[in-house]
Amino acid sequence: MIAAPKPDLVTVNIDGVDIAVPKGTNVIEAAKQLQKDVPHYCYHPKLTVAGNCRMCMVEMGMPAVDPATKAPVMDAATGKQKINWIPRPQIGCGTTVAPGMHIKTSSPMVKDAREGVMEFLLVNHPLDCPICDQAGECKLQEQATGYGRGYSRFIEEKNVKPKRTQLGPRVTLDDERCILCSRCVRFSKEIAQDDVLGFVDRGSYSTLTCHPGKKLENNYSLNTVDICPVGALTSTDFRFKMRVWFLKQTNTIDIESSAGVNAVIWSREGVIYRLTPRRNDEVNDTWMADSGRLLYKQVAAPDRLAAVIVNGAASSLDIALNAAAELLKSGSVAIVGSGRASVEEQFLLKNLADQLGVNASLVARTGQGDKLLISSDRNPNVRGALVTGLVSALPAAQLAQLAADIDSGKVKTVLSHGEDLAAAGLTAAQLAKVAIIYLGTHANATSAAAKVVLPTLHTFEKAGTFVNQQFRIQKFAAAVPGPQGSSNDLVVLAKLLGPAAPASDVHGLWPALAAAVPALATMLYKNIPETGLLLDSTPWAGLPFVEGESLKYKPAAAA
Amino acid sequence: MAVVTVERKPLSFLERTYLPNIAAGLATTFKRMVQPVETLEYPEQRPAIPAGYRGVPTLVYDPNGREKCVSCQLCEFVCPPKAIRITPGEIAHDDANAHVEKRPEEFKIDMLRCIYCGLCQEVCPEEAIWLQNQYSMTGYTREEMVNDKKRLYELGGTLPDSHFKWDKKAAAEKAAHAGGHH
Repeated sequence: MIAAPKPDLVTVNIDGVDIAVPKGTNVIEAAKQLQKDVPHYCYHPKLTVAGNCRMCMVEMGMPAVDPATKAPVMDAATGKQKINWIPRPQIGCGTTVAPGMHIKTSSPMVKDAREGVMEFLLVNHPLDCPICDQAGECKLQEQATGYGRGYSRFIEEKNVKPKRTQLGPRVTLDDERCILCSRCVRFSKEIAQDDVLGFVDRGSYSTLTCHPGKKLENNYSLNTVDICPVGALTSTDFRFKMRVWFLKQTNTIDIESSAGVNAVIWSREGVIYRLTPRRNDEVNDTWMADSGRLLYKQVAAPDRLAAVIVNGAASSLDIALNAAAELLKSGSVAIVGSGRASVEEQFLLKNLADQLGVNASLVARTGQGDKLLISSDRNPNVRGALVTGLVSALPAAQLAQLAADIDSGKVKTVLSHGEDLAAAGLTAAQLAKVAIIYLGTHANATSAAAKVVLPTLHTFEKAGTFVNQQFRIQKFAAAVPGPQGSSNDLVVLAKLLGPAAPASDVHGLWPALAAAVPALATMLYKNIPETGLLLDSTPWAGLPFVEGESLKYKPAAAA
Repeated sequence: MAVVTVERKPLSFLERTYLPNIAAGLATTFKRMVQPVETLEYPEQRPAIPAGYRGVPTLVYDPNGREKCVSCQLCEFVCPPKAIRITPGEIAHDDANAHVEKRPEEFKIDMLRCIYCGLCQEVCPEEAIWLQNQYSMTGYTREEMVNDKKRLYELGGTLPDSHFKWDKKAAAEKAAHAGGHH
C-alpha cells in the first residue's frame, strides 16, 4: 500500500528531472507524477507489492560519497556529485524513493530488460487474442507493442492448462493466459478477506487454482477480473458478449447502498453490457461489490414500465399529467419520496410538497453492512433528501403514519416517486382507498393499483447527483436512453409543479437548487468534480444514521 | 457586339445524293460483321473473374468443415460503412470445436451498405472472411439484401488453409491429456 501523503518530502531525480514526492512512495508512483509510464503487471496501487513480474525494471543510482570521509565525490567533467549507478536494473514497484536517488526509466538497459521479460511472459501465452475478452484492455497486448519482438523464438510446444475453470458463480478462469502476477491472490487475501486463491505446482506448471472444496464466491470476486492484467480471469456474465472497444464509458454511482461507489457503465447503442468500478481514493479505492454490477439488468428488465396509464387504460403524457394535476389540486395529498431519487428530483418534489402544503415521507431500506463497500443503508441518497429539506428526520421502513391517515380519511391522494407502497407496509385495501399517482420505472403492486402511472427513467438513463454516507455529493451521467414511452423524472415533476418549476433539466435546475439549499450554495452541477465534493454535515450530526464503519467511512460516534 | 454574317457554302452534287456517306457507314457495318464479337450475352454469358477480384464478402469453412470465424469483431470495427453486424456466442462444451470457444451466433452483412473495399478480409486474424467472385447481388426488398450467417457460408464454401492453428491446439491438448508433453 502507498503510505498516506506526509509533509516530509523526498527529492529524487527521474530521467534528469528533480521531483519531490512523499516519503515512502515507490518509483512507479513517483515516475507517474512526471507522466513517465513504468510498465507493470503484478504491482497494483491498492495491494501489497509482490515484485514477481519483473516488468517494472528501472536503472537506479545514488550520489557517490567517499567511504572513509563521507564527503561527496564530485565529477570533474560536470562539476556535480558523481552518481554510482547500480550495474543491473532494479524493480520500480519494490523500490522506495530515497533522498538524491537517480532513476532512468527509458535507458537502453531498461528497454533490454523489459524486452527480455516480455519474451519470457509470451513463451507460453496462447494466441487467443481474437477470442479473448481482455483484448483491447490487456496490459500484455499493450506492452507487447512496445517491448515485444513481433515473432517468437520459442519452437517448443506451448504449455497446456485448463481453459475454462469455473472458479465461482461469477468468475471463469483460463489458466493458459495467466502470467502468475498474483494480483487476484493478494486481493482475495487483503481486501476481500477470503483467502481462497493460490498457485500450485512449480515452474511452467504453476497454475492458479482455488483451495480444494472452496469457491471464489465472495461478493467482491469480480474485482479479481478487473485487476487481472491479462484475460485469465473473466466475468462469466460478460464473457464473449461484446468486444470492449465498441463500448462507450459513462460515469455513474452504484445505487445499491449509501456507500456511493464510483462506477463506469459500458454501453453500446443503448444497451448496457457491464458495470465496473471507477477509482476514487476517497470512496471506494478501485473496488466495487459484485451485487452492484448486476444492477444494470434492471434497465432492460421485462417488468419495466413503458406505457402512460390513466384509470387502467393506456393514455398520453399530457392527459396523464392533467389528470395528476387535478388529483393534486383536490387536496388531502400525501407525498412519498425516494432515497433512490437524485438530489435534483428530491428538490423538485420538495417544491411540490411546499406548493401543496404537505410533508413528504421517505421509505428506509436497511440491511447488513459488509464493512467494505455495501453500507447498512440500502438507499443511495437518503442524505440528499436531508440536504434538500425533503425530509428532516431519518425515514422508517414502514409508512405507519400514512397508513393511519388513509384509514382515518385524512389522505385521499398519494403521490409516490418510485416507492412501492405495498412493500412499505400499506395493505391492498388501503391502496384501493386512495387515488395513487405513481412515478416509477418498474411494475409493482403500487403501479397496478395506481390511478395515474407515469413511467420514468432508471438512474443509468438520466443525469443527477447523490449524496453518500460521507455527505459527499457525487454526480452521475446518462448512459443510455430510456424506453419509449418513459419520461425524465425531472420533466414530469416540473410539469406537476406548473409555472413555479425552476427548470426541468439538471443544469438548468442547479442555480435555483444552489440558491435554495444552504449546503449546496456556491455549487453548480458542472463544477462538481468526478470524485465528488464533501458537504458540511454539521446540521445533521445529531441524527442516528444506520451505517456502520466501512472502507472509507467512520460513523460520527466512532470517529 | 458586332455581328458577323457567315455565308453557308452550297452542297456539291455528290453530297446532295448522300451516297458516299451511306457507303462509308455500310463499310463500317460490314467490317464489324466479320470481326470477332467483343460483348457478352449477359446474363447467359458471364465474364471471367480475374484473380484478386473483390466481390461479395463471404464466410468460409476450413477443409475440415470448421467455421473459421471466431467472432472477434475486428471486421465489424474496421468496416467503413458499418455494414457488418456480429452477435458473438460461445461454442457449447460438448461441441467438436469446443476448444475454439467462440463463434458468431449471428453474422450479418448489409449489402446495401457494403462498398467492397476488402478491409474486412485484410483485418481478419483467422482468414475467415473473403471477398470472392460473386459480384451480382439483387433482391426485391431491403431485408433480402442483408446476408445472414447461413447465406454467407453458402456463398463462401470451403477454402484451403495453410495454418490449421486450432487443430494444432486441439492436438496439443489431447497429447497433454494423454500424459505426453507436459
